[in-house]
Amino acid sequence: MSRTDRSTRRQPQAASRPPMVVIGVGNPFRRDDGAGIEAARLLRDIVPEGVEVFERDGEPAALLDAFEIAPVAYVIDAVVSDDPPGRVHRIELGGEGDAAVPSSPRRDSSHALGLGDAVALARALDRLPERLVLIGITGASFEAGDELTPAVRRAVKKIAASVARELAQLQEAD
Amino acid sequence: MTHERDRTLRVGALSRVEGEGAMLVRARGGKVERVELQIYEPPRFFEAFLRGRAFTEAPDITARICGICPVAYQMSACNALEDACGVGVDGPIRDLRRLLYCGEWIESHALHIYLLHAPDFLGYPGAVEMAADHREIVERGLRLKKAGNEILNVLGGRSVHPINVRVGGFFRAPTPAELAPVAELLRRARDDARDTVRWTASLDFPDFEQDYLYVALRHPTEYAVIDGRIASSDGLDAPVAEFDEHIVEDQVPHSTALHARLRDGRLFMVGPMARYALNRALLAPIAREAATEAGLERVCRNPFRSIIVRAVELLHACDEAVRLIEAYVEPDRPAVEVAPRAAVGHGATEAPRGLLYHRYEITAHGEIVTARIVPPTSQNQAQIEDDLRRFVEPRLAMESAELTHRCEQAIRNYDPCISCSTHFLDLRVVQT
Repeated sequence: MSRTDRSTRRQPQAASRPPMVVIGVGNPFRRDDGAGIEAARLLRDIVPEGVEVFERDGEPAALLDAFEIAPVAYVIDAVVSDDPPGRVHRIELGGEGDAAVPSSPRRDSSHALGLGDAVALARALDRLPERLVLIGITGASFEAGDELTPAVRRAVKKIAASVARELAQLQEAD
Repeated sequence: MTHERDRTLRVGALSRVEGEGAMLVRARGGKVERVELQIYEPPRFFEAFLRGRAFTEAPDITARICGICPVAYQMSACNALEDACGVGVDGPIRDLRRLLYCGEWIESHALHIYLLHAPDFLGYPGAVEMAADHREIVERGLRLKKAGNEILNVLGGRSVHPINVRVGGFFRAPTPAELAPVAELLRRARDDARDTVRWTASLDFPDFEQDYLYVALRHPTEYAVIDGRIASSDGLDAPVAEFDEHIVEDQVPHSTALHARLRDGRLFMVGPMARYALNRALLAPIAREAATEAGLERVCRNPFRSIIVRAVELLHACDEAVRLIEAYVEPDRPAVEVAPRAAVGHGATEAPRGLLYHRYEITAHGEIVTARIVPPTSQNQAQIEDDLRRFVEPRLAMESAELTHRCEQAIRNYDPCISCSTHFLDLRVVQT
């Protein structure tokens, strides 16, 4: 998959460390692989003040850098699974929950060094955020094209809204 | 009856290479009778996409061929189109191009040395497993990669598929103040690169010396990267415009990438080992000294030792980038005007993996009529197959999994970019 790397910030970087970041991962030119990117774009307008939103292609070194920005990171990415399209998977690391992250199913190219590898690498290098929430959206089509399939589009909207709510609650609780 | 002298090695999906490919090696009676580097990544038709487009679009379109070496595509495209239009670019704009290219070399070489190739030498399936035991080494690789990325960010506008390059130069030139913090990162990177040379030289290498014919660009005063003449280790010295007179491409059934050979049929190699063999004297002194100190021979003929050569080039690129930033004076304008004319233009630069040739025919209005792109991995493809053949034959007694792994490593020696050549790598061992 091509290495698009668009970093976007809701506002210029504050002098202090932002409390939370959201990282949308994927390739918007491979249909549902763009689910994470679309979620990030929606979230940019609705996250609480101070939360930074990034778009990443999944390249591990760039993800590792993004993990270091804030103690709490939400990562949204498309996943391949046998579930119906649009099904959402959630894995939490650190905080109250801790779980293993499945690695990329095929490691047949440097393209395929995916999110699972980035998390494993961050763990080996002791660079995981204090709390990392991984949200996977099951995709239906990863063909060339820039439109999400309908079920995935609906799931992305829902996820963006619920992540924004969650971030606001976390910020209030702080 | 199964016999070790009759075997088939297969890798169905090669790992730690850029793109999608497979390998098949078949031996009978102790002789390797078939070697195929099967590139099954679909053909990508970039040359056809370019037809009918404006000549000014070529740098951005061809950059999309590869996420690892987009700058190489942009620079070869600019060279070829400026050649067609009869325009030369020099002074600070040319220096900025060299700087941008240094960023790509640093990024790409650091990625290959640390994350793709080193696990082979240290006995790990991949960088993640290696990081658990060699944290400091992996951190050093990531720091180096980041320094390269930063050049692309500041000068290219972003770290992948830069958006600031145009025919004639750049859309915007950075200020010296914007580049100063990058130089700071690069000074640290230069120390890391020197350590990289020492560390790679300490790895274990199989005994596998070959008599390669090397082809690379040569420049009178620089370790050639962004321009030069085509040179070879047996005396070829030709302008880039004569590329086609010396190098031909053929289609083979097992690959979606074309195979290149010299016109007389001989195989050749492009890339770090070729550049180092032909241009060693023009390396930055710090890189040349590090090579000598590391015991790297003047002409390296063992492709497994290419990891050391890549480290020497990494050091050269860090040093050159620091020097370019220190000497930088902001140009009056970021680009020279390039007016189209009906002509054919040729351009070549040294991508991290080797010589990358572009040729365009354009109309008086600047419309592209034909485009031709010859990436380094397709030039190396036949040589990679030859390496596999020579490497496997004396090692047929080796256990299959180990031999297959060694073959994959032999392929990774070339840092093949399958996405560029179209894409490859999946290796299989079949007992017959």
